[in-house]
Amino acid sequence: MDLAFTKEQRDFRQEIRTWLAANAPAQPLQSFDTEQGFQQHREWEAVLNEGRWGMVTWPEELGGRGCDLIEWLIFEEEYYRARAPLRVNQNGIFLLGPTLMEYGTPEQKARILPKMANGEEVWSQGWSEPNAGSDMAAIRSRAELVGDKYVINGQKTWSTRAVWADWCFGMFRTDPESERHHGLTFILVPLDTPGITVRPIPQLDGLPGFAEIFFDNVEVSVDNRLGDEGAGWRVAMATAGFERGLMLRSPARFQETARRLVELYRENSATADHDPAVKDAVIRAYLDAESYCLTTYQTACRLSQGGKIGAESSTNKIFWSELDQNMHATAMSILGARAELLPLAPDAVGVGSWLDGWLFAQSGPIYAGTNEIQRNIIAERMLGMPR
Amino acid sequence: MDFTFTEEQLLFQESVRDFLFNEVTPERIRASWQSDTGREHLLWQQLTDLGLVGMTVPEEHGGLGMNEVDFILLAQECGYVALPEPLVHTALVAVPLLSDLGGELAAQWLPKIAAGQAKALVGLEQNLLVEDAHVADLLLLQRGDAIYALTPEQVSLRHNESVDPSRRLYGVDIPADAAPAVTGDIAVDLTGKTLNRGALGAAAQALGLAQRMVDMSVQYTGERQQFGKLIGSFQAVKHHMANVAVALEYAKAPVHRAAYSIAMDEVRAGRAVSHAKLVACAAANLAAKNSVQVHGAMGYPWEVDLHIFMKKAWALANTWGDAGYHKARVAQYIFSDEAQLGAVGTFS
Repeated sequence: MDLAFTKEQRDFRQEIRTWLAANAPAQPLQSFDTEQGFQQHREWEAVLNEGRWGMVTWPEELGGRGCDLIEWLIFEEEYYRARAPLRVNQNGIFLLGPTLMEYGTPEQKARILPKMANGEEVWSQGWSEPNAGSDMAAIRSRAELVGDKYVINGQKTWSTRAVWADWCFGMFRTDPESERHHGLTFILVPLDTPGITVRPIPQLDGLPGFAEIFFDNVEVSVDNRLGDEGAGWRVAMATAGFERGLMLRSPARFQETARRLVELYRENSATADHDPAVKDAVIRAYLDAESYCLTTYQTACRLSQGGKIGAESSTNKIFWSELDQNMHATAMSILGARAELLPLAPDAVGVGSWLDGWLFAQSGPIYAGTNEIQRNIIAERMLGMPR
Repeated sequence: MDFTFTEEQLLFQESVRDFLFNEVTPERIRASWQSDTGREHLLWQQLTDLGLVGMTVPEEHGGLGMNEVDFILLAQECGYVALPEPLVHTALVAVPLLSDLGGELAAQWLPKIAAGQAKALVGLEQNLLVEDAHVADLLLLQRGDAIYALTPEQVSLRHNESVDPSRRLYGVDIPADAAPAVTGDIAVDLTGKTLNRGALGAAAQALGLAQRMVDMSVQYTGERQQFGKLIGSFQAVKHHMANVAVALEYAKAPVHRAAYSIAMDEVRAGRAVSHAKLVACAAANLAAKNSVQVHGAMGYPWEVDLHIFMKKAWALANTWGDAGYHKARVAQYIFSDEAQLGAVGTFS
């Protein structure tokens, strides 16, 4: 055990820190759930990609830096520390990208990954359907192979970023006789294909962060199938592994929230302690964010030495999503009567971005598999309890 | 950056786990409750022969000269079986304190401890009572800014019965004319370090205790049927156990980090220990609460083994600094101007 960074790791940190100081936007961008904000974030992705900081874990020939998990964690720490913009293409670069590297053909990788990396093509997800939420194997949207094309009919919903995205990836039922997780195929669909209707769904903040996608005889080239026909479930599971989870929600994000929460508490110390539970919750937030960081580093070190990730990784999502919810709930308590005010309201002094974070934190225990589903997985696969 | 244990450390953990699980059974612990001292000479000798008792004794005094990182996984295993013998106390608390005191005391006692021929037990004012003082050959007792090294004949002991029959606790009165071994800043510094090591030992044992209670509960709910089904198949039962698994999973790395921090004598050792103690004992307390719940009425009788582990978990949460003490120490840091919070403070 040696908990000091190597010289190479320290140099890497310095390099990204210097680059971000020179290149990260000085002012926060608009929300990427607005048309203009989406465009601003897309342009930021191009800037990142130009500096070869877009996807540091990707191989060098794809514009990455071939970083290992520890370097990835360092990158994220510096990224959040610099308050650089959220990643508008996270569905693409963190979820689909690694899946493509595993299952994609050379032609697919060459065609898709560069445009994903520079933000030219932003990706949305197409998993959930009106009757397939937690029970994803209940997918009914059909894709029928006719000649060298799939003809898609059906409906996807809760598709994050789909309003202004260029593509979506998802699972469709290619075998009409199949049931559950058999007979599903992973297909990539350009959202400007005729027959597609995207209907924006305003979220708690009123902005269309996700959408319904309707497919009416949508024709997609068979070249857009990822993996074999009928192997969709296996391909999809690869997008849900630990490393993907780590990339989507690395510890730095929550440690920065914890730091801001401590600041908020100190700024409002005159009133915050009226509820004695608040101070305790702030201490807890700091500790939990540290626990998340320490545990992630320990796992990353184990994996980089050839260790295998086990079912214990399913604890990850519950931990960070509840941490995020708790931290923002505490911030709301500290802000008191100001908590409900939108940031530009005249009396919203010192409210920062807590309200936005609080609204978003409501979704954490739900998306990417509800925490109830995660608890079932932990009980059955990690602890071996009966089904 | 290498936050892993070596192959040797993991293999040793495995063999110690096997030994303890086979030897320190709930039946043997129950038998010890009936004995005068509650402690077994034979078991202590076995632990000595395995190299565990002298593990942290410096080599020049006949030990293996290993540190907190080497011992931490073994302390977890001691928790897993609720080992009544003061092994964690010896290796993580008494031996390092004697080593730090050095001189005659260390030269006289450490070889005997490493050989399994003597026990030293430590009493800090932070703890109301002294664990296992009745089997001590040497007592290291802190009062204010003084540390005394006294033999049992020099003090008087008051037995205090614990709800956990495995825990033997004593009030110790020091005679007014006793001379301290060290005083002043040195004693204050050693007291702080000793408290940290005691809290580390409690945290590591709490991890093991939590794991044991989870394992027992998973086994029980996988056998017990109601409504024609195994009760472990009910989501309400599963989620109780999943919640413990999450808390436990995220308490391990903080404990390992605290061990490293003490071994490296880092400035942050105190708050690293407080972090570890808080989250590990919280996980163990949650394990106790949810395990009793999923055992139903079977969680309540004396004859069922669960309480052996549950009561120890409860007790450890309040020794070597209770939650209030450790939270205050964390708070003092994070609400100070020099706190390094945020995404780059953890390892810097």
